Amino acid sequence: MNEAFQPILPGLILGLPLLGAVLNGIGAFAWRDSKTIPSLVGPLTVLAAFAIGVANLLAMRAVMPHEPALVPLWTWMRSGELDISVMLMFDQLSLLMTLVVTGVGGIIHVYSVGYMRDDPGYSRYFAYLNLFIFFMLILVLSANYPLMFVGWEGVGLCSYLLIGFWYENREYSDAGKKAFIVNRIGDFGFLVAMFLLFSTFGTLDMPAIFREAPERLLADGALVTAITLFLFLGCVGKSAQIPLYVWLPDAMAGPTPVSALIHAATMVTAGVYLVARSGVLFALAPVSQAVVASVGAATALLAATIALQQFDIKKVLAYSTISQLGYMFVAVGIGAYTAGIFHLMTHAFFKALLFLGAGAVIHAVHDAWAATGAHGDPNDMRNHGGLRRLMPVTGTTMWIGTLAIAGVIPFAGFFSKDEIIWQAGVRGYAVLWALALVVALLTAGYMTRLMVMTFHGENRSGEGAGSHLHEVGAVMWMPLAILAALSVVGGWVQIPDALPLPHVDLLHSWLEPVFEPALLVAAGVAGQHGEASHTAPLGGGEALWAALSTTLAVIVILLVYRGLAARRYRPAAEAAEPTGFRAVLYHKWYVDELYDRLVVRPLLALWRGCWRIVDDRIIDGTVNGLAGVARLAGWTGSQLQSGRVATYLLVFMIGALIILGSLAF
Amino acid sequence: MEALYGSHWILTLLLAIPLVGAVACVAGGEGRARWTALLTTLLVLALSLPLFWTFRIGTAEFQNAVSLPWIERWGIRYAIGMDGISLLMILLTTVIMPISIAGSFSYIKTKERAFYASMLVLMTGMLGVFVALDLFLFYVFWEIMLIPMYLIIGIWGGKRRIYSAVKFFLFTAAGSLLMLVAIVVLVYLHQQQTGVSSFVYADLIQTSIAPGLQLLLFAAFGLAFAIKVPLFPFHTWLPDAHVEAPTAGSVILAGILLKMGVYGFLRFAMPLFPVAATSLPVIGTIVLLGLVGIIYAAWVAAVQPDAKKLIAYTSVAHLGFVMVGLFALNSQGVSGAILQMVNHGISTGALFLLVGMIYERRHTRLIADFGGLAKVMPFFAFALTVVALSSIGLPGTNGFVGEFLILVGAFQRYPLVAVLATTGVVFAAAYMLPMVQRIILNPLTQEENRELDDLNARERWILWPLLALILLIGVFPQPFLDRMSASVDGLIENVQTRRLPSQASRGPDLGANELRLAPTGERAIPEPDPDGGVGP
Repeated sequence: MNEAFQPILPGLILGLPLLGAVLNGIGAFAWRDSKTIPSLVGPLTVLAAFAIGVANLLAMRAVMPHEPALVPLWTWMRSGELDISVMLMFDQLSLLMTLVVTGVGGIIHVYSVGYMRDDPGYSRYFAYLNLFIFFMLILVLSANYPLMFVGWEGVGLCSYLLIGFWYENREYSDAGKKAFIVNRIGDFGFLVAMFLLFSTFGTLDMPAIFREAPERLLADGALVTAITLFLFLGCVGKSAQIPLYVWLPDAMAGPTPVSALIHAATMVTAGVYLVARSGVLFALAPVSQAVVASVGAATALLAATIALQQFDIKKVLAYSTISQLGYMFVAVGIGAYTAGIFHLMTHAFFKALLFLGAGAVIHAVHDAWAATGAHGDPNDMRNHGGLRRLMPVTGTTMWIGTLAIAGVIPFAGFFSKDEIIWQAGVRGYAVLWALALVVALLTAGYMTRLMVMTFHGENRSGEGAGSHLHEVGAVMWMPLAILAALSVVGGWVQIPDALPLPHVDLLHSWLEPVFEPALLVAAGVAGQHGEASHTAPLGGGEALWAALSTTLAVIVILLVYRGLAARRYRPAAEAAEPTGFRAVLYHKWYVDELYDRLVVRPLLALWRGCWRIVDDRIIDGTVNGLAGVARLAGWTGSQLQSGRVATYLLVFMIGALIILGSLAF
Repeated sequence: MEALYGSHWILTLLLAIPLVGAVACVAGGEGRARWTALLTTLLVLALSLPLFWTFRIGTAEFQNAVSLPWIERWGIRYAIGMDGISLLMILLTTVIMPISIAGSFSYIKTKERAFYASMLVLMTGMLGVFVALDLFLFYVFWEIMLIPMYLIIGIWGGKRRIYSAVKFFLFTAAGSLLMLVAIVVLVYLHQQQTGVSSFVYADLIQTSIAPGLQLLLFAAFGLAFAIKVPLFPFHTWLPDAHVEAPTAGSVILAGILLKMGVYGFLRFAMPLFPVAATSLPVIGTIVLLGLVGIIYAAWVAAVQPDAKKLIAYTSVAHLGFVMVGLFALNSQGVSGAILQMVNHGISTGALFLLVGMIYERRHTRLIADFGGLAKVMPFFAFALTVVALSSIGLPGTNGFVGEFLILVGAFQRYPLVAVLATTGVVFAAAYMLPMVQRIILNPLTQEENRELDDLNARERWILWPLLALILLIGVFPQPFLDRMSASVDGLIENVQTRRLPSQASRGPDLGANELRLAPTGERAIPEPDPDGGVGP
């Protein structure tokens, strides 16, 4: 079982999406009106990369290597002790991520062919989307932190470009800029973590760092705590956690497939991947782990409460994403790395599905309004309603996604979320465990609200719109169907023994070689805590709590459905502003306003002060004062001359050259 | 070929051709000057490019060196040569010059002969600074380059050009006069100790100077260079000079002239006065001023309404990074600093070119006068985006490699400073992205902007080499690092070993910076160093 695994066509996995980006980028200038080339190049390069990924998966399964396969490409920068190569790393984790990125990514590319078909920036769109896949693959496949950082900021760039894709809208451009700047705050942490790692290990290669970390770093020491906390700052930015989550809801300005791909399924999970990947380091830093898990739990709760009172369908899903990412951080924070990656994977399926479904709704409403000449916000669920009959495929698949995210058995989310909750319970994190359970119920609540407002009740899209509303074309609903299927079966790769179901252990055994070192370290660090219990904080085994949580989720869904289905919503234009506590949630706890008052405005005032006072008055004032003195002194001398300075200088220069030249002989 | 690239003649040619071109510009017709200048600079570029490959990697010696008597009475010699650091600066100059000349075609409409002649004289001055190995020669070149720049700003500049030109001249001249005094003192000391008068770098570097005096002399050199860098708080001449200068002036100013200050530090101030250069007060002051520059200039840049002024302030921030890296005095820090000088020349040069291109169309530099240009000028938008990302150090572009090396190096030396400097990457996004947004994104609201033409073929050809270099250095920086690494190590070793009190007085081991010359100044390229060399 220990023969070496040879990655199949590793360069091509990255090269194909890059090629697609270049071709589509050229296309954006050279053949602006052609839709055929981008429609082929865009999806096919990604799907081809996916196919190579699958081939690698099969090859790796046959060998099941315990060490990552390294693919060095070229020396990137070497100076003194620092030696950074462009090197890829294939192991079970990076390959799994590759498949999620290219698989879900490929499906979303196909969907985009339909969604973006009338957009004048069609080729440019696919250039960005392909480029995103390229950078995302660099992020997951890199063998050292700086190269990972290339992917890390590269996906951020694509996110920026795609959020502001419709750049003529000032709000959208603002949203892109906000995303980039907020992410850079996180990237600052990533950079500092790298500096600390380099001065500790003399290298930034992951295999070497993970190998040597248990010896070089004092467990629970200040150094490893600092390293991991700075790394986590990067995750907080990229994966939209408290306090840097504020960019993600705004990021919904981008085209909806982008929200599905970048802001739900892949890029925003990069932080979870980073923590899982650096599991050895985090295992050495219990304080950081506690921070990760607590921030995750708090974010999960906060975002879920906000999602309850949003009317923009994409905003609900955005806050839902933030909340689900919180779950993943709870998992990796308590050291349940596989559970975190498990939820990352199933979430990629059902959240991509939900976003693409929302996109189908928006697309349909938008088209219907274009036909009737109505105006309004096609994203606002108060303008939807009753779409179930008009868009049966979208409605059905989105219900599957809803059941999956709500954690109803046997949908994918049940298995991954249940594992996180259960792991928090048996590891003795009672508060996290309770929070995770509560948030699961909130999730069922806000998702049912979304479904009811969008698909049930009366249609509120306006006079005549109903006859124009219809199901989206096959190129868009086929991806929904595939993702719906994955949202059902995606969780069946890991079915716990405790349930009265066939026991399946594909994911844990697959990822075991990757996470084993971290788990060993964790066992050493936590030695004194003893064995994990087999009961939840309130007693009861896994099967009981799984049954309880799924039953509660179903009850919440039924209650919300019954409560809201009868309610008569008004179209957005006629609706009253929410009041009371609802207003607080609707205004997202006023966090954006708070940041604006406490951070943005004071900083801008400080910066203007630097310019107008320090530069203009103090420094230049001093200089001009000195010049005044000099002018006074020079006044007498200047009476002797009257020419222009320029002439004098030229004469001076020529004269000097002549004198110098003549001296030489 | 081998005779040319194995001897000093290639460097001498690089110095002479622009002067010949300048004469030709003046002699030729008004309409022909631009082509004369462009051809001259392209010829210099073509001649200089092979140096990248003929340069012998792995040795810190000065290559293509020569030392001929010039004013023998005072020991002034025509001593020139190039190490890995000069090599990159030379190539930066020869690449930027044709680009700025071609970038002036539609901007400069008056006194063309004088303009292009000034540009070419400036080129000789700059190249001379980078190859001079005699302090007198260095000073001559230093002053030669000052005057054309003064004229370029003062004659072809904007409305407040006279104020800016005088400010530029006074700031720089004040510094360089102090430097002249310091050079004279240094030569005097050397004569006292050896009985021989010499301005040659290799001789003067052996002068033993008491630490106290070193500090004074370092301060005199350092002030001249700090103004040029410019280091906070000596930076206020720069925004004014940039705003008023014609595009080519800004490109050269940012692209090359600012590098003179840093180059002066690493070639002269630091090796000549190692005790001072490594003393805590000096390092502390310079690094702190660099750090202040990084953060403060980014803040001020973020609130500038004038695009050129904004970019000018970003230069202060970038050069702050360079100084922080340089005084980390380790491989990564110094290499990063030198690479970042090149990077800054490319990306800031390109930024000024781009702003110049829309200025020529709209005759305004105010950011608020634009918006939505991506719609009418897609290529411009593409280029501005790439260049802006390079400027803020996005990984994959050249800017990241330089900044990353600097910060890694700095972190090992002074972690807190490095961490604070790293906040500069956040502020960089905070000044650059709003500018990009307000120029190319947002709705196209201003009527005047609706009819703007996208960049023409000439403008695109000016930008392509810079865009290519941004990605090339971002992805494959190693060939560039390889060429400088021996010189960098030599510099560090030189400064570090000779600062020790026991060796402060004319230590026997001069490190790798010792100037070795074959008797004729001629040397075949591939031949290994006949002296045994000091390089690995």
